[in-house]
Parts: sequence; C-alpha cells; structure tokens
Amino acid sequence: MIWKQDVECASPADLKVLQSERLKNLVAYVYGNCPVYKRKLDAAGATPDKIKSIDDIVRLPITTKEDMRDNYPYGLFSCPQNRINEIHISSGTTGNPTLVGYTRDDLRLWGDVMARVLGCAGAEPGDTIQIAYGYGLFTGGLGFHYGALEMGLRIIPTSSGQTSRQLKLMQDFKPRIIACTPSYVLYMAEEAKELGIDTRKGNWKIGIFGAEPWSESMRQEIESIWNMLATDVYGLSEIIGPGVAQECTYKDGLHIFSDVFYPEIINPKTGRPAAEGEDGELTITTLTKQGIPLIRYGTRDVVSMRTDTCRCGRTSPRISKIKGRTDDMIVVRGINVFPSQIEHVLVGIEGTQPYYQIVVDRQAHQLDEVEVLVEVEQRFFSDEIKHLNELRDKIRKEIADVLSIGVKVTLVEPKTIKRSEGKAQRIVDKRKL
Amino acid sequence: MRIKQISVFLENRQGRLYDVCSLLGSNDINIRALTIAETESFGVLRIVVDKSDAAIQLLRDNQFVANFTDVIAIEVPDQPGGLASILKVLAENDVNIEYMYGFVEKFSDKALLVMRFEDTDFAQQMLAKQNVHVVAEKDIQGL
Repeated sequence: MIWKQDVECASPADLKVLQSERLKNLVAYVYGNCPVYKRKLDAAGATPDKIKSIDDIVRLPITTKEDMRDNYPYGLFSCPQNRINEIHISSGTTGNPTLVGYTRDDLRLWGDVMARVLGCAGAEPGDTIQIAYGYGLFTGGLGFHYGALEMGLRIIPTSSGQTSRQLKLMQDFKPRIIACTPSYVLYMAEEAKELGIDTRKGNWKIGIFGAEPWSESMRQEIESIWNMLATDVYGLSEIIGPGVAQECTYKDGLHIFSDVFYPEIINPKTGRPAAEGEDGELTITTLTKQGIPLIRYGTRDVVSMRTDTCRCGRTSPRISKIKGRTDDMIVVRGINVFPSQIEHVLVGIEGTQPYYQIVVDRQAHQLDEVEVLVEVEQRFFSDEIKHLNELRDKIRKEIADVLSIGVKVTLVEPKTIKRSEGKAQRIVDKRKL
Repeated sequence: MRIKQISVFLENRQGRLYDVCSLLGSNDINIRALTIAETESFGVLRIVVDKSDAAIQLLRDNQFVANFTDVIAIEVPDQPGGLASILKVLAENDVNIEYMYGFVEKFSDKALLVMRFEDTDFAQQMLAKQNVHVVAEKDIQGL
C-alpha cells in the first residue's frame, strides 16, 4: 500500500514547492539555533536570505561525518537537550561515537517514514511483523517498531539473536513480514535446516533487509531459500535510522522520501552534482528534522539516482542499491576495490555465505597484499583437504577475475570474524599509508 | 559395515586441538582413533569416538564446523606384511584409498585401521570377498 499518497505520488512541481518552502525554513532554523551551522553558513556566504528555492541547495556547505564527531556531543543540535526525547549512539571505530537525538516531532517523522517503508514493501494494517533488528542504541529495532505502530501492525519485537526462538515464534505466530539484516536471515535458514524446518514453507512472505550492503545474488539466494519477497531498506542513524528509502514490490530501485530527506548525488572527485544515472555519493538534507537537522550530509554511500515515475505510482526519486562506500572503497595496487564485489563472488560460488573479511596489508617496500578471510560453513566443509583447497582456489580465481588483482584466500572457523550489532566488519586495512 | 568418522575444521591456531579434545573429554566422550591432515593455514581433524551423535551435536553447539564421513574400520593382522596383504586386494581391484589411520586400541591381537575410500560401497564388497574383518559401530562403542 502507499502510506502517504499525497507526498509519495505528488507531481514534481508540487514536490518542488514543498521542498523549497521546507529548505528555506530549515536554513533559517539552523542558522538561528545552531552556532556551529551559523558559522558554517556564514563562511559559505549562504545565509538564510540567499536561499529562495530548493535549487539554491548547492550553495550550502556539505556536512561530513567528521563534523558530527568533532562537534560531539551536542554541537550540531539545533534545539536544547530538554526537548530531546530519545537518543541513539553508534560506536565509533575512530574517535568519538556518533550521537543523534530526536524530539517528539522527530519521532513522529520516524514513525511516518517507517510506515511508508512498510507500505512500500507490501505491508497492510493488520499484518504481523517480526522485528529481528537489534533493539537498543542501534536504530534498526526501534525504527521498525515505530513504523509498525504507526501503521497498526501486530509487532513481535524479538530483537536480534536467539535464532531457534526466532524460528519458533515465526511458526507459532505466523508473521507475514520479517525485518532483519540480510546476513541474519541467511543465518536463520541454516539454523532452520538443522532443526528440520522447511524454509520454503516458512511464514515470512515479505523481508525488509538492510543495515549492511548486500548484492542482487544474495537477494536471489534469500528469495529462493525462504520463498519470500526480499526488499532492501536504506537508512542511517545520522539522518533518521532506517526509513530514508525503501524498495517497492517491483524491486526497481529504492524510493527515497525526498519531501523530508532531500537527496543529491555528488561526484566525490569534483564535488559537483552527478548526472542522472551516474554514480556518486548520496548526500541528504533533512528538511523537517528539529533535534539534529543536517544540511547536505555526505553519507559516503555510492549510489546512482533516477527520477522517472515507478510502475507502483510513486513519483519519488529512486536510488540504486548501494554500490560501495566512498570510505570502504580501498585502492589496492591502484585498483578500486569494493567489498560488494567480493561478496558477489562469494554468493555466486555454490554454498558460500558471505561472512568474509578483507585484510589489506603492505610490508615495507612491497606491493599491497589482499587476504580474504572466509568462514567455513557446515554445508561446504569436507573431510578431504583437496576439496577444501579446490574451493579456496576457486574463490581466489574468481576474485582475481573480478578485481584484476591476485588475492590470498584463507578459510577460517565460523564466528571468528568480528561482528558488531549484527554487522560484519568487511575491511581491515593494516597499511600505513 | 560403515562407521561414522567425525571431521572437524580447525584453524592452525594454538590450542584448537586441545579445545576439541577437552570439550569431548569433559562430556565423557572417548576418542578411539584420531588423525589430522594439515595445510599451512588450516587442518582437518578426523576422529572416531564412542558416542558419535552426541559428539557432533556438542561440537556444532560450540561453533565448530563438523561433519560425518563414512569410513570403514578393518582388522589387520599385526605382523609383517599384514597391511600389505589387504592393500594388495584393494590395489588389484582398483579401489582407491583417500586416507587411512590407526586406532588407539585393539580388541584382538589384530591392529585396527580406519580407511576412507572414494567408493565406500565397492571397497566394502571387495573386502568382504576376501574375508577381511570389517568392524561394526557397536564394536567401537564397546572398545
């Protein structure tokens, strides 16, 4: 269903009027309430009087992850903390963690966009949803929770983990919708097999998967194992959490809710807007947030965007699946490497499930070395060394074909690759560049 | 008569073999035969134990990747040429041995060997023809 018909299917002209009005209000709001942004806007010569329409957005300065960290905890907030209702914190791998805060209205906005996400994936009021994203400081669990409340779904808030119980609850309460990370739903399939549950006859018919990059081949694997529709949800805590964009049932790009999260695709090399369909960094302006609104926030996610109307009737622009990260991208011996490329190879090889890690290292005066660690799974383990070596060599060869560089592949024991909040850390760069 | 071997994936890390053995030991599972095939980064531990179903469940519950493999255990005359006499039968019938290893104990004056074949059924037929004594699972449990 289309949850918010008036904006999701608005004509481009009407949408532009709305966005322009909202951008003007936003710039005036942060200029008056956030000293850090006031300085930034003054420095860029982009004071509120200069902003007349959404087209003027290009005059505004970019906000980066570093800005968030440098101004930790409250520097980028535009409202006092006593108006903040909820905070979420993501652990920082370098320096400060990232803090976001929601006012009561921000939480209503979150519920609204998440209801749109659910509708986009095919949910209807009255459905049952199993939410197996982590509840807590991570935005996944609560974001889905608020959206499901808004739409009027029956919620099974399992959070992540306790896999055999997840499966039991699926069988007992028959939720039509499952929301979790894509790697977790594959992990649950493994467990289901061990328990003798026929995944093809599972109750989940719609999956809403996100919080980590996943490929088209992983989608096919999930859909065939679970006999369900597997859709991609996009979001990040800096903007709102999940709820920024979502695939509809046509799975032809993710609808970004541009009336509240205005998207631009910026060419990372030139800093200029990319042409329609061209890859670039997704940059988002939160048009209506109050707690910690962000202007032109660089997500570091590389996508392309199209603006034609979707078969579902929504007019919102659609972004591609994430093609990589501007920061996850590593350059090895002059070649750009995205983890998604390696993931693609692994899923394509019979039996392998992508828990993997890429380790890049460089000895003094040596070329970069790439090692891909792959966790061994029950189903492709063999008692014979030669079979394991064949598998390893096949992975090595296919990665080499895709990347045009040689890599070392090492098979490792399950659960030895570090995970945080259900996400695997895909790249470890040990080089001192 | 086949018996179940448990194969376990192990990284070449200090203490991993100890982890497996102590896990089995503290759960009262006895190892009857054992061998390790290793490469530079990982190894495959192959064991025959007295309670194979309990052992594999225990290993999997503790995050090890472990599978069953069908193997054949045979008695070999514990004397010069004892093994050769059996290998001769296999060689003459084109039976390929993937790997083999010995038992810790024996229950007669004969040595006990575990053999993994490319084609287990065929190997079994050939051995039966030559009256080689193939040991049953229950014999292992009683050792």
